[in-house]
Amino acid sequence: MSLLKVSNLAVEFTADKKTVKPISDISFTMEPGEVLGVVGETGSGKSLTAHAIMGLTPLVGGKVSGSIEFDGVNLLTLSASEMQKVRGAQISFIPQNPMTSLDPVYRVGDQIVEGLRKHLKLNRWKAKTLALELMEQLRIPNPKRVFEQYPHQLSGGLKQRIVIAIGIGTNPKLLIADEPTTALDVTVQAQIMRLFKELTTEKGIGLMLITHDLGVIAQVCDKIAVLYAGNLVEYGDIREVFKKPKHPYTKALLDCIPYIGMEKGSLAAIEGNVPTATNFPIGCRFAPRCGLVMPKCTESFPDMVELAGGARVACYKYTEETVAG
Amino acid sequence: MWVYVLRRTLLLIPIFFAISVVIFSLIHLVPGDPIDSLLGPGSSKGDRAELLALYGLDKPLPMQYLYWLKDFITGDMGQSIIEKQPVADMIFYNLPFTMRLGLLSLAISFFLGIFLGIISAAAKNTFVDYIAMIIALLGVTVPAFWLGLILILAFSVNLGWFPVSGSGSFSHLVLPAVAVGLGGAGLVARVTRVSMLEMFNKDFVLLLYAKGLSRNVIIVKHVFRNALMPVITILGLRLGWILGGAVSIEIVFSRPGIGSMLLTALFRRDYPVVQASLIFLTMAVIIGAFITDIIYSYADPRVRDVYK
Repeated sequence: MSLLKVSNLAVEFTADKKTVKPISDISFTMEPGEVLGVVGETGSGKSLTAHAIMGLTPLVGGKVSGSIEFDGVNLLTLSASEMQKVRGAQISFIPQNPMTSLDPVYRVGDQIVEGLRKHLKLNRWKAKTLALELMEQLRIPNPKRVFEQYPHQLSGGLKQRIVIAIGIGTNPKLLIADEPTTALDVTVQAQIMRLFKELTTEKGIGLMLITHDLGVIAQVCDKIAVLYAGNLVEYGDIREVFKKPKHPYTKALLDCIPYIGMEKGSLAAIEGNVPTATNFPIGCRFAPRCGLVMPKCTESFPDMVELAGGARVACYKYTEETVAG
Repeated sequence: MWVYVLRRTLLLIPIFFAISVVIFSLIHLVPGDPIDSLLGPGSSKGDRAELLALYGLDKPLPMQYLYWLKDFITGDMGQSIIEKQPVADMIFYNLPFTMRLGLLSLAISFFLGIFLGIISAAAKNTFVDYIAMIIALLGVTVPAFWLGLILILAFSVNLGWFPVSGSGSFSHLVLPAVAVGLGGAGLVARVTRVSMLEMFNKDFVLLLYAKGLSRNVIIVKHVFRNALMPVITILGLRLGWILGGAVSIEIVFSRPGIGSMLLTALFRRDYPVVQASLIFLTMAVIIGAFITDIIYSYADPRVRDVYK
């Protein structure tokens, strides 16, 4: 049984009697201990996908459809209080910005303890011991002292580790990290990534890593999901996708990675912007920026097709190939 | 922290001098003097000069100020020209009444205000929110003296639960404290609501939900706790205001108090009383702000570090 099976996930917002669907038709699976990288430009729906899985979209008025099967249970059928027992206990979330994600008026130690007590039903003293152990495990120097400190007294790297401690302390089966390293400098980034890798290999935690940093993906991920304008456009094994990207968007993204020795001023970029949810084009959403656009691309949306080797891609180029072949 | 407290306390000294000069000059700018009230009809110019000299009012203003300052510092606030009793006695007689009214109404403002604020923030844009905010709006806009009269009519005259006027027992205190406290409660409720709604959009609230905490815990333990700062500010300002500003309520309920003492003294140009009580009230506002700052540093660890 897969750890996570997301099928036809879509989120809908209604404002002023107008409905927008920033993400739709997202389907993928994750196995225990697997690291899935989710990439896409700003506005492609990466964070929203994560929030939908965590059940956090109702907070901002989003209506979720499709199904999110976690450990065999469709999370969308759970009640609010049942979902509270899953959130933070079985699925943990590491938010985008560690700098502002801790409550500024409580000691960071107590913020770790809060989740432990809630989900593991520990008493204050045992929870504190466990929190200190976790902090030690995450190589936080002088855990006893840091435990008593407030968020503003800690560096970004330390805050990030505290947030991770909150996430992993309850022994979740799935960890969703939303751009966990964007706010950190490169050396700290590397440390944190190594930490994630250890967690997944040692504890068998599934990790869904959302990022727009392809370098990070290449380092730690097993699978990759490429999102564009709220749709999944390509999904597959990391080596496969990096070696032979299928979707024109994935190709363009990979072409944008600078390398040492490239000509100065030749930094590649994809022309244009990601369309916003209020004016998604009809048909393939990448068509207006695509170099290989065909007439039918602007007429209807290409279905996801599975290619030989297990990679999946949503592009008419491949639909035709499979039909022809 | 203690260094900060000491520094703030020392700062009170220059502030005291500044406000005493301002208050002293302002009073003497007002036309008329207390001698007019003292002299009966048909008294001569000589009588007037004699009285002026007796109270030192014939001296130049800066001299008067220095005399007054010297006495004030040595603890002598002077003698009321009209009432013929030491100003200190008058203040210390009236002060407890004002303090009791102030503290109880502040407590009502605080507890009722945050209650209304929290439930309306938690139930934003629902019927509950609208009702709570209408109550808050009424609290802010309805004048305290009018509310006082309505309360007397309802609870004293018709129901007979509380005495109509006077002071002394706790039951005398209830209606005036409610009348003053409701205004503050309205203010506190609105500030709490706005401040909490702002907090809901913060990143850390998302993580609290992601941790699987219940909505009630998030709202009360985290969102409200973080939204507390502006509420403390409002209450701190309100404390200073209540001490001198509850005059209308003191009159409606025939209560003694610093406010009504000051008002009477002003009408009679009773300089020593006016000066002493104005300085007293001004210092109360400043000390109130000082206490507010101290409470801040307990409420917010970030502020605490600034003072270290």
